[in-house]
Amino acid sequence: MYCGGAAIVFILSIFMEQTTARLFRSSLGKKYVMAVSGVILLLFVIGHLIGNLQIFAHPDLINSYAHFLQNMGPGLWAVRLILLTAVVAHIWAAVELTLENRRARPEDYREKDTIQASYASRTMRISGFIVLAFILFHLAHFTLQVVNPQYQELYTQLEDGTVVHDVHSMMVSGFQNIWISGFYLIAIGLLSVHLRHGFASMFQSIGLRNRKIAGPLEKTSLGLSILYFAGNAAIPVAILAGFVS
Amino acid sequence: MNLKLRVWRQKDRNAPGKLVEYEAGDIDPEMSFLEMLDVVNERLIGAGDEPIAFDHDCREGICGTCSATINGIPHGPERATTVCQLHMRHFKDGDILTIEPFRAKPFPVIRDLMVDRSAFDRIIESGGFVSVRTGSAPEANTLPIPKDAAETAMDAAACIGCGACVAACKNASAMLFVAAKSSQLNTLPQGKPEKDRRVLNMVAAMDEAGFGNCTNQYECSAVCPKTISEDFIAQLNREYLVASVKQSFAGK
Ligand code: FES
Repeated sequence: MYCGGAAIVFILSIFMEQTTARLFRSSLGKKYVMAVSGVILLLFVIGHLIGNLQIFAHPDLINSYAHFLQNMGPGLWAVRLILLTAVVAHIWAAVELTLENRRARPEDYREKDTIQASYASRTMRISGFIVLAFILFHLAHFTLQVVNPQYQELYTQLEDGTVVHDVHSMMVSGFQNIWISGFYLIAIGLLSVHLRHGFASMFQSIGLRNRKIAGPLEKTSLGLSILYFAGNAAIPVAILAGFVS
Repeated sequence: MNLKLRVWRQKDRNAPGKLVEYEAGDIDPEMSFLEMLDVVNERLIGAGDEPIAFDHDCREGICGTCSATINGIPHGPERATTVCQLHMRHFKDGDILTIEPFRAKPFPVIRDLMVDRSAFDRIIESGGFVSVRTGSAPEANTLPIPKDAAETAMDAAACIGCGACVAACKNASAMLFVAAKSSQLNTLPQGKPEKDRRVLNMVAAMDEAGFGNCTNQYECSAVCPKTISEDFIAQLNREYLVASVKQSFAGK
């Protein structure tokens, strides 16, 4: 089965060679890479948020959900691989595009003004950079659990008797730390701002936008980023306020 | 009215430039911006100084030759207006105006406010030809053109190639220009046969010239004296994607 898959990929890659070369070399190609990797990451963060919101239910719910994810085996690694590829592609395209953009205007204006460029669109680089730093910390904190190694010792028993990792307690204890919650809130805020421009921008980059849909698209983008922020902020705020314990 | 100007002076492509201050006293508010510069230049010449070099031709907003960035906005504060059509009445007595060239690596400064925009010509050239029948005029209705396609093509064709889009873009991207120039042909049946090749070649020429990349802020469209829509950029993005994939599977 794997051989068959590899053969198909190989044949496709021959056909797609030119396309891929163009994808990774041309300015527009890099924008497609940016948009497609952005869609993947957006879908992930939304799914991730929905999963996390289970913290507001009985602890068993999120603990069994986490148990299910951790035991997906190859499926889990497939998802991780896709996400890692998307992150690398997104960063690679961002770096390439930024360097090209810098080169395109070696002598800057002494005075520069903008007419309508949004705040979000002007701060993509810095918001992206801080979000990346946050993701690394977040992985070390909750996934690898190297920041607080005692998290590895947290276990609980589900109703059916299975012993699972106590993710619920881990989240609660993690967010009870005001500094961690603070950093988390800042990063989530910046990611929401990043999405505010990124979401609407993806459509333009792959050519699926025009002025007729621009209004609804911008509103959806704004609504999405507000909801995303509210959903994520609710977790540490509820924990800090003692609603979830 | 009396104004203070801070004008970019640069001897040639390689010389370092700097902002130099000039008093522009006793300016008639009914003058155009370029006429104001003419007056300043007359005085400079009278005083034995070098006049400020700036580009201009038609002075009626149709040729795209004039170019200057005023207080950080290409073609100045009025929307849908070239700098030759910008009038001094839009400024206030006592204003300080910073006047710089259109800045981008592919637009090297020739002198002061004049820049070399031949990179645009190379992009147009790379777009190639349109297959039209020469000789006697064909029967008018042999080639039906939908009304909205004709309108869209005309909207794209309104581009005067001034380069304000590049100058306004924080990345010095030429996407609005390239999109307008490719869409004006791609939208019409006459331009369809060479559509894929045109799009691929024009984007390649754009990249080759060293323009930056679009980050979808649409400052280009906001500053465009002909208000070319960013919809054409989306069209170019779409057509380039389709053309790239199609070309990979083409017989030769
Ligand atoms: S001089 Fe022709 S458009 Fe301004």
